[in-house]
Amino acid sequence: MSISLDAVATQRAGSDAGDRSVFARRIILVLAVTLLLTAVLSLASGATDTSAVSVVWALLTGQDDLVSAVERVVILDIRMPRTLLGMMIGASLAVSGATMQGLFRNPLADPGIVGVSAGAGLGAVTFIVLGGSVLAPVAALFGIYHVPFAAFLGGLAFTFALYRISTSNGRTSVATMLLAGIALGAMAGAFIGLLVFWADDEQLRDLTFWGLGSVAGATWPKVLAVAPIIVPILVFAPFMARGLNAMTLGEATAQHLGIHVQVFKRVAIVMVAAATGAAVAVSGGIGFVGIVVPHLLRLSIGPDHRYLLPACALLGAIMLLFADAVARQIVAPAELPIGIVTATVGAPFFLWILLRRRGLMDI
Amino acid sequence: MLTARNIYVRLGKSEILHGIDMQASRNQFSVIIGPNGSGKTTLLRALTGEIAFSGDVRLNGVDIARARPAELASLRGVLPQTANLSFPFTVHEVVRLGLTTGIQTGTNGSVRIAQALAAVDLEGYGARLYQELSGGEQQRVQLARVLAQVWEPVLEGMPRCLFLDEPISSLDIKHQLQIMQIARRYADAGGGVVAILHDLNLTAHYADHVVLMHQGRVHACGAPRQVLTPDNLETVYGCPMAVGQVPHGMDFFVLPLIEAAHQGIPTPKLAVSS
Repeated sequence: MSISLDAVATQRAGSDAGDRSVFARRIILVLAVTLLLTAVLSLASGATDTSAVSVVWALLTGQDDLVSAVERVVILDIRMPRTLLGMMIGASLAVSGATMQGLFRNPLADPGIVGVSAGAGLGAVTFIVLGGSVLAPVAALFGIYHVPFAAFLGGLAFTFALYRISTSNGRTSVATMLLAGIALGAMAGAFIGLLVFWADDEQLRDLTFWGLGSVAGATWPKVLAVAPIIVPILVFAPFMARGLNAMTLGEATAQHLGIHVQVFKRVAIVMVAAATGAAVAVSGGIGFVGIVVPHLLRLSIGPDHRYLLPACALLGAIMLLFADAVARQIVAPAELPIGIVTATVGAPFFLWILLRRRGLMDI
Repeated sequence: MLTARNIYVRLGKSEILHGIDMQASRNQFSVIIGPNGSGKTTLLRALTGEIAFSGDVRLNGVDIARARPAELASLRGVLPQTANLSFPFTVHEVVRLGLTTGIQTGTNGSVRIAQALAAVDLEGYGARLYQELSGGEQQRVQLARVLAQVWEPVLEGMPRCLFLDEPISSLDIKHQLQIMQIARRYADAGGGVVAILHDLNLTAHYADHVVLMHQGRVHACGAPRQVLTPDNLETVYGCPMAVGQVPHGMDFFVLPLIEAAHQGIPTPKLAVSS
């Protein structure tokens, strides 16, 4: 026995109205091509004269005889790690932002704003300052991964605390979340201040630049330290999409739709903490990418995470390369920390979202 | 198909349900009624595994406390009392959330979504933004999502079930009747329906089985005529009621002509075929 429709034929014509998936796939394709072009341009621009796109092209296509030894070093050892690191960090910030917003069912949740980055920062600073002395045995155990790992643990602890504080009976309170984020951020700030007090001059300089957010110090070892964390997360993220979509109706309904909510939440929290931790560990506080990118994409392709997450990865990478280019050009030959650029653009944007949504949110 | 035995629920320090036994069968439209605070919603949340309880709830023999969410999702759909959506989904995308897991049969997703929207009288609303709809329209979109999840009342010989928490609370009378009709037909086609309602007249007309709740216990259950008696209703609701007669002292009262309405209004595009 089955239920059938009186007029299936008439339904079929209009049945795709409101389905934005075809459009979303096209946008993803456009973003992928744009990212490729941006990456090549990023390799081709910089402080030395090695600025020609043709040189980069020759190098990428294996025509080694057209490239001088200096150009080779500049591009492969200086710019390449920086471009790759920028792409990975931009993608990971945007994807962790989108995931966190989905998990908290709120477009203002961002690791940078609700204190998760601060927690990751606390973990990272702890090892930058104490890694050579008190914590040396632990640092030695994890090798080049010790700072990313510490940042991950810090981010994990803070994300978990935040979720526990702001969620009761399956509902997440926006106000509690933002306020708890402020408190957690202040707490991390206090501990970081304490560590700064202990730091020596060289560590202080490192910490200052790290705190402002920068990909200037990119090296192959740094790329290799975070790639094994960020790349798997980016690949895995789309598998979270179904659960994040269901979660927009609340935890109980997500459960009724067949999502194992408890397991899902844990996986999502670990994922956000790992992606944020890895990004913070190598680049410090690059803020607002995780807010701006998902928001722009939701406006164009809608909030379906199956498309939102991959699109966020691509646009996040593009935006970060772009911000890095601005940071390099604006005071050339010196360069600004990239965090200043993203905050200058991102903070007003955040306020704009807040004003637009003021009436819609239950703050 | 649904058997609940000895259900106790404790929320915080107070015990809300004190040993509920109830059954809902396939081919039956079961309605839970009772005054505010009698434990209706808590009972429904226990029956759907949303909150922790002690006791035993089985749906088609499956122990719902132990079943995987995806397995339950293929057996039953749940319509919550209120549903807020945190992101700007279109109506089409909301209904598609019903296809998150579970079993999808035959028709492709888009056709199923259009069918479900047509069933709740929202044809052509696919491209609208959910957040811009009225409360009643939003409630019908949510019902369409639930229908899309368990479209066939019977799948591979197993009945499926709709759990509806006040499905008609913010609807006008025409759409109230339409939603009741959808539930009625779902049951007639071999599925099960368990709904919480506040409207005693609609309960009397549509339900096969009524569970009357009072202070966390089942006060009476059975066929509408046996349960909806003046004695029962006065005890539970604390207000005298006239059943089946013109109430003394009233000039006039208004009731929908339900049968005529079903013939007059564009009926839900949900036809039963065998």
